[in-house]
Amino acid sequence: MTFQSRNRARYAGYAIVMAGAVLMFSPFYFMFVFATHTSSEIFSMPPPLWFGNAFLDNMASLMHHIPFWRNLGWSFYTSVLQTLLTLLVTSMAGYAFAMYEFRFKKTLFAIALTGMLVPPFLSMIPTFMTMNLLGWINQPRALYVPGAAAALGVFLMRQYISSAIPSELVEAARIDGCSELRIYWTVVLPLLGPALGTLGLISFIQAWNNFLSALVVLRSPSMYTLPLALRILQSPTNSDWGAVMAGSAVAVLPLLVLFAFTSRRLIDGMTAGAVKA
Amino acid sequence: MSDLMSQSEASVLEPREALPFPAAGRRRLFADPRKVAPYFFIAPFFLLFAAFIAFPLLFSLFLSFQSWDATSGLSGMKWVGLSNFTFTLTDHWFWKSLYNTAYMAITSGVPQHLIALPLAFFLQTCFRRWRNFVVGLYFLPFITSSVAIALIFSSLYSTDFGMINLAISEIAKLPGLHWIQPDHHIDWLYNATTVKPSVSVVIFWRYVGWNTVLYLSALQTIPGELYEAAKIDGASGWQQFRLIVLPLLKPMIFLAVTLSIIGGLQLFEEPFILLPNEGMGTGQSGLTTAVYMYRTAFHDGDFGTASSIAWLLFVAITGLMWLNTRIFNRGGMKEAGK
Repeated sequence: MTFQSRNRARYAGYAIVMAGAVLMFSPFYFMFVFATHTSSEIFSMPPPLWFGNAFLDNMASLMHHIPFWRNLGWSFYTSVLQTLLTLLVTSMAGYAFAMYEFRFKKTLFAIALTGMLVPPFLSMIPTFMTMNLLGWINQPRALYVPGAAAALGVFLMRQYISSAIPSELVEAARIDGCSELRIYWTVVLPLLGPALGTLGLISFIQAWNNFLSALVVLRSPSMYTLPLALRILQSPTNSDWGAVMAGSAVAVLPLLVLFAFTSRRLIDGMTAGAVKA
Repeated sequence: MSDLMSQSEASVLEPREALPFPAAGRRRLFADPRKVAPYFFIAPFFLLFAAFIAFPLLFSLFLSFQSWDATSGLSGMKWVGLSNFTFTLTDHWFWKSLYNTAYMAITSGVPQHLIALPLAFFLQTCFRRWRNFVVGLYFLPFITSSVAIALIFSSLYSTDFGMINLAISEIAKLPGLHWIQPDHHIDWLYNATTVKPSVSVVIFWRYVGWNTVLYLSALQTIPGELYEAAKIDGASGWQQFRLIVLPLLKPMIFLAVTLSIIGGLQLFEEPFILLPNEGMGTGQSGLTTAVYMYRTAFHDGDFGTASSIAWLLFVAITGLMWLNTRIFNRGGMKEAGK
C-alpha cells in the first residue's frame, strides 16, 4: 500500500467510526429532544430535531400517570443502600480472602465466584418464592439485600487488596495492639478508595437499572422503582409520548452525568471483572 | 465482637492470672482472633449467598419436579417426577421460543463481534486523544436502563411517524433508491416478520460497545513494539490485524463470544418491554424462552413447569458453552500444527 492510499483508508475509517458514534448516540439525542415536545409535535411532519419547550408540561402529565417522585425516591433509596451494603459485605469478604490464611479458603472462594455464573433468569422464580417466604414482597429490601451478595465485588476487592495493601501494614497494626476488626475498619478500609469507588459505581448502576427482580418482587405502583414505573407508561392506549420520553430522560440522566465523569474507571472495572474472573 | 474482648483480655487480665500457662489458658477461653476473624469477615457475604443464591437455586431445582399452583399455598405441592420436563420438551411453544431466542441471539450477536473487533483495533491504533470519548459513546447504551431503551426504541419504531420509517422514506427520495420505500409504513414491532430483526437491532446497539471495550482491553496488553516491528517489515494495517492481532486476541474472542452466548440465550428485558402483550409479539413471533418461563410462572401460575423451562434453558446454555470451548480448542490445535 502506498502512503497516500493508507492515509485515505485511515480517513475513511475515522469517518465510519464517527458516523457510528453519532448513530449510537442518536437514540439518546431523540429521547432528550422528544422530552421537550408535546406528543403532537413529536409525531408531526417534519419531526422535531431540536429542543422544544414542553418539558415541564410533559413532566406534569407524567405525574398524572405515575407517582413519579416516589418512584424516583425509591430508585435512589434502593440504589444507595444496595451500593453501601455491597461495599461493606464484599470488602469484608475480599479482605479475608486476600489477607488471611484459613481452612477451606480456596473452596469458599470458588463457591463465592460461582455466584457470578448463576444466570438471572434461573433465580427469578425462586427469588420470588424466597421473598414470599420472608414476607418481603413489595418491599425495597427485597431488592437491595440480595443485591449485596455480589460475587464480582468479592473478586474485585480481593484483587485490589492483595495488590495494593502490604501485609506488613496489617502486621504492624496488629503489633500495635489493634484488634482484627479495627484493622479492617480503620487501617484497611480507608485505603480502598479506588476499589470502593469503582465497585460503588458498578453496583449503583446495576441497582438503578435493575428491572428483573423489581418486576418479580414489587407489586404496587407506589412502591415501584423508576424502571417499573416507566413501563406502566408504555401501553398501546396511552399515546402521551412526550411524557414517556420525559420520564425516560429523567431516569437516564443521572447515569449519563455519572458516566461522563467516571467512564474510564467504570469501563476498566467492568472489563477487569469479566476478564480476570 | 469476640476479638475486641480477647484484646482487652490479653492486655489486662492475662499477665496476672494466667502466668504459668499463658498461651494454653488464652486459647481455651477465647479462640485466637486471627483464626476466627476471617470467618467473621466472610460470614455476611456467605449468609446472603446462602439465602439468596444457593437456597433459591436448590429450591427451583426441587420445584421443577413438583406440580404446584401458586394460589394453593406451599402445602399444595405434589411430586410429579419428570412430567414437567416431558411436558416442556413436547411443548410446541417451548421449541418456538428456543428458536426465537437463538434467532435473535445470532442475528444480534454475530454482527456485534464482526464490528466490535475491527472497531477496537482501529480505535487502538488510530485514535489518541479522542479515544476515551468515542469509546464512551459506544459504551453508553450498555449502562442505560433497558426500560428507557425500550421506550426510546418503541417511539423510533412506531408505525406512522416513527423516526425509522421517516428515515426510510427520506432515503428513498434519493435518486435510484426509490425501491426501498415499502408500500405501507412498516409496523416494526407488530408485524410477525419484522419483530425479531427489530429486537436484534436494539440488542446489537446495546451490547456492541461492551464487546468493543472487551477487545480494546485485550489489545492494550499487546506490546506496541510488535506493531512497530511489523510496520518496519512492511505489513499493512490489514496484515497487522490478521497476523498479529487476531491470534493474540483469541482468548478474548473466546471470552467475549462465551459472554454473548450466555447473554443471548437469556434474552428477556428488551423483548419483554418492546413487544406487545408482554413480550409475546404477534403470534409468539418474539417470545423468548426466558419470557416464556416468566409467563408460565407469573401469568399461568404454573411454577413447576416454569422451573423446568428454566433448567432446560440452563442445560442448553451449558451445552453451547461446551461446544464453544471445543470449537475454540480445535482451532487452537490447528494453528499450533501449522
